[in-house]
This record gives sequence, structure tokens and C-alpha cells, in this order.
Amino acid sequence: MIEVKHVNKSFNGQQVLFDINHQFEKGKVNLIIGQSGQGKSVLAKCMVGLYEVDDGQILFDDRDFTQMEHFDRSKIREEIGMLFQGVALFDSLTVEENIMFPLTMFTNMTKGEMQKRVDFCLDRVNLSGRNKLFPAECSGGMQKRIGIARAISMNPKYLFCDEPNSGLDPKTSIVIDGLIKDITAEFDMTTIVITHDMNSVIEIGQNILFIHQGKKWWSGDKDSIITTDNPEILSFVFASEFMKEIRSIMQEKRT
Amino acid sequence: MKLLQNIGKYTLMLTMVFTKPKKWKIFFSRLINELDNIGISSLPIVGLMSTFIGGVIALQTASNMSNPLLPKYTVGYITQSSTILEFSPTIISLILAGKVGSNVASEIGTMRVTEQIDALEIMGVNSLNHLVLPKVMAAILFFPILIIFSMALSMLGGWMSLMISDLTTTETYVLGLRAFFNPFHITYALTKTVVFGFLIVSISSFYGYYVKGGSINVGLSSTQAVVSSSIAILIANFILTQLLLLS
Repeated sequence: MIEVKHVNKSFNGQQVLFDINHQFEKGKVNLIIGQSGQGKSVLAKCMVGLYEVDDGQILFDDRDFTQMEHFDRSKIREEIGMLFQGVALFDSLTVEENIMFPLTMFTNMTKGEMQKRVDFCLDRVNLSGRNKLFPAECSGGMQKRIGIARAISMNPKYLFCDEPNSGLDPKTSIVIDGLIKDITAEFDMTTIVITHDMNSVIEIGQNILFIHQGKKWWSGDKDSIITTDNPEILSFVFASEFMKEIRSIMQEKRT
Repeated sequence: MKLLQNIGKYTLMLTMVFTKPKKWKIFFSRLINELDNIGISSLPIVGLMSTFIGGVIALQTASNMSNPLLPKYTVGYITQSSTILEFSPTIISLILAGKVGSNVASEIGTMRVTEQIDALEIMGVNSLNHLVLPKVMAAILFFPILIIFSMALSMLGGWMSLMISDLTTTETYVLGLRAFFNPFHITYALTKTVVFGFLIVSISSFYGYYVKGGSINVGLSSTQAVVSSSIAILIANFILTQLLLLS
């Protein structure tokens, strides 16, 4: 579990996050949603330590990340897997070398053991046999799956996914969402997904945090988001006529 | 003020660079790659420039030797001393600042803007140590070899040009190369080279590592890296000459 307590963050005197408090639960897909520029990526970057918080606490299973020295943070970071919005695969390394990288860096596995783990991770994301390709030779969807394979190679306790569906077609997005949901349950991880994709909200949102104007505006699950009357949520999640229609159908189903 | 800020940031960067590598095996494998990227790949350009400039130094000296009181071996002596003292260590380092500096800054800068450095950090890797230390060590280890290679080729170029132009004999030229040879000048040249190698790679890494924005900014940081490392070389050259030759 990751707990965020009274987190504030500002850049050059302009406050971006205001007193954020939230619990991201273990074994669940936790979503951070909100319009562009509302602070959700900043919150995620604070949580993984790419930005320092002005004040507040970020607790990884009761271990306060904000108070740790660089060396101790490295220990926590070894337990984090992250899928970046731009995937951030090492472009000079093959798919196999990308997935093997954290293993060579942090474990004492033999070459054979690492190979087994790489094959397992690639198999898990349905990319068996693509070991020798370079990232540039892979499609956007494949790159996302390679990113997930690299993120889970170390059996992380915490998985962060920044806009995992950006730039993907709807069908591939569903595959990626399904994969995130499955591996979260399979490895009992605390998964945090930052997304704009409303399909993801409905499909995999087990614990949703809605950030608006840098504040925690609403939280709940995918069922409660359908029934909420919060005007900001309604204008964000159910902005299009299509989504409004879906909402009314789902509400009707419930009644 | 910005300059002072950058110097502080650069110093802090170096404290992160010079830490113990997480795994020596990975460090040595990266070092070998960098020796190839930074060192061996620079051999052709260094060889070509040294041969031609050595030839030109010898020809220009010979063309100005109208005074009959000057011994004939002066051409060889001037070629030797100008090559060892200044041309090979300083001018070749300035050329390497262009070649190696822009390469290092753009490589690290591209990694920064494509979030590859963030990925390393989140994995718990000290990205500065992982990326920059092998490059700095490769430059420190291989630049002296490049400069010795440059010295040899420059003197060879001088000999070839004199032979082609029939301006002196091999014996006279070699006599000049050996005349008043001071072995300390080699120590001086190699000391400068090590310092220049360190400055080129560390300054270029600094500009690459802290780049913000996109591809245009990577290009700008690459240019900035070459300009700043060239200025640093000139300043360090002056200081080292004062310290090593005149004190």
C-alpha cells in the first residue's frame, strides 16, 4: 500500500498540489484521473521521487520515502516498476537487454536464470520470440508491452503506469488495460495508473482518485463514479454525448 | 549569477559521478564500449589532422628559414617542440571537444528528453554514475594515447612534407627532432591532455544531463557543451602552463 499524506508541491512559487491525502491499495488498480494540467503527473512524480515534495509524507508500506537518504530511496526504487508515457525503453538495447537490464543491475542471477525470467516476462505480455528486436522496430502497442515486461521483471511491489494507453488504438488499449489488471492481481502489486482514457476508468478502475485544480476532488471506485453527482466528475468523465448515454444505460441497469 | 549556479550544480554532479559503481562488471563493460566510442573512433580524425598540420608546420618553418646563421635542423626542432607543447595536446583536444563533446551531450540529452534517465533513476540506478563515469574514465585513459599518436603522426607528416618538397634531409630533420628534447615536456603535454579529457566529457555530460525540452534543446545543449568545454580547455591550458612550465 502507498499512502500519501498532506502532500503539497509548488514550482517557482506557484502551488500545483494542495494537501493531497489518499491511500493506494495493494492488489488493486488505483487510478489517478483528471484534466491536463491539474497535477496528476506531478503527484505521481513526487511519489516515485522524481520531484521533491514541499511538505507531506509518502509512505510505501509505512516507510516514509520523503525522509529517506539517496541510498535508502534506491532500495525502495528497486521495488518499483514504472511504465512511462513515452515508454522510455533504452533505444540502444534489444528487447531482451532492456528487460534484462534491472536483473543484471540488481540481482546475482546467472545468465541462464536471467534468460528464463526474460522469456517469462515476454511470454506474460504475449511477445515471446521478440527478444532480439530493437525498440524502434516495434509498434507502439508492442513497446508498451515491452515496457510492462521490463517493469515487472524484478517482481515489483509497486507498479506505476503513466498514460499507458496514450497513442494506442482502442483495441490495443483494451489489451494493455487487461494486462495491467491481470498482473496486478497475479503479483499482488500496488498499481497506480495515471490516465485520461475513460474506457480504462470503467474497465479497470478499482480505486479512483480524481484530481482537480491540484486538489483531491473525489475518490471512489468504478461503480460509484457512475452514480456520482459531482459536477466536475460529470463534466470530465462523461463529457461526450456517447459517455453520457453509456452512463444512463449503466444507471438504468442498476435500477 | 547563472555561471556560479552552474558551477555549483556541476560540482554536485561530479560528487554523484565519482561514487562506487553498483556493479563493477557492468562498469567495465560500459568502459570498453566508451573506449571504442570516445577513443578508437577518434583515431582517424586525429591521425588525418595531425599528419597534415605537422606537414604544414614543417613547411612554414622551412619557408621562413632564410637566415644562414640558423642551423638546418631548426625545422625539425620547431616541429617537435610546437607539436609536443601545444599542437597535439591543445589543438587536438579542441578538435576532440567538437567531436566527442557534441556526441556525449547529444547522447545524454536525448536520454533525458526521452525519459530514459528517469527510467534509470526510478529503477534505483545512480544515472550519473552509470552514464557519465565510464565516459570520463574512457577519456582520461584514452586521450593520452590519442595525443601520443598525434605527436608521432605530426612529426611524420613534417618529415613527409619536407621530403616531398626536398627542403632537407632525413638525418637533419631527425637531428632537429632530437635536439634539446626535454622529456618533461611529454609529462606536461600528457598532464594537460588528462585534464582536457576530463573537462570535455564532464562538461558535455553536464549540458546533456540537465537539458530541458525537446530535440531543439538537445541540439542547443550540444553546441553549448562544445563552446563551454573549448573555453574551459583554453583557461586550463593557461593555468597548467603557468603551473608546470613557469613555476
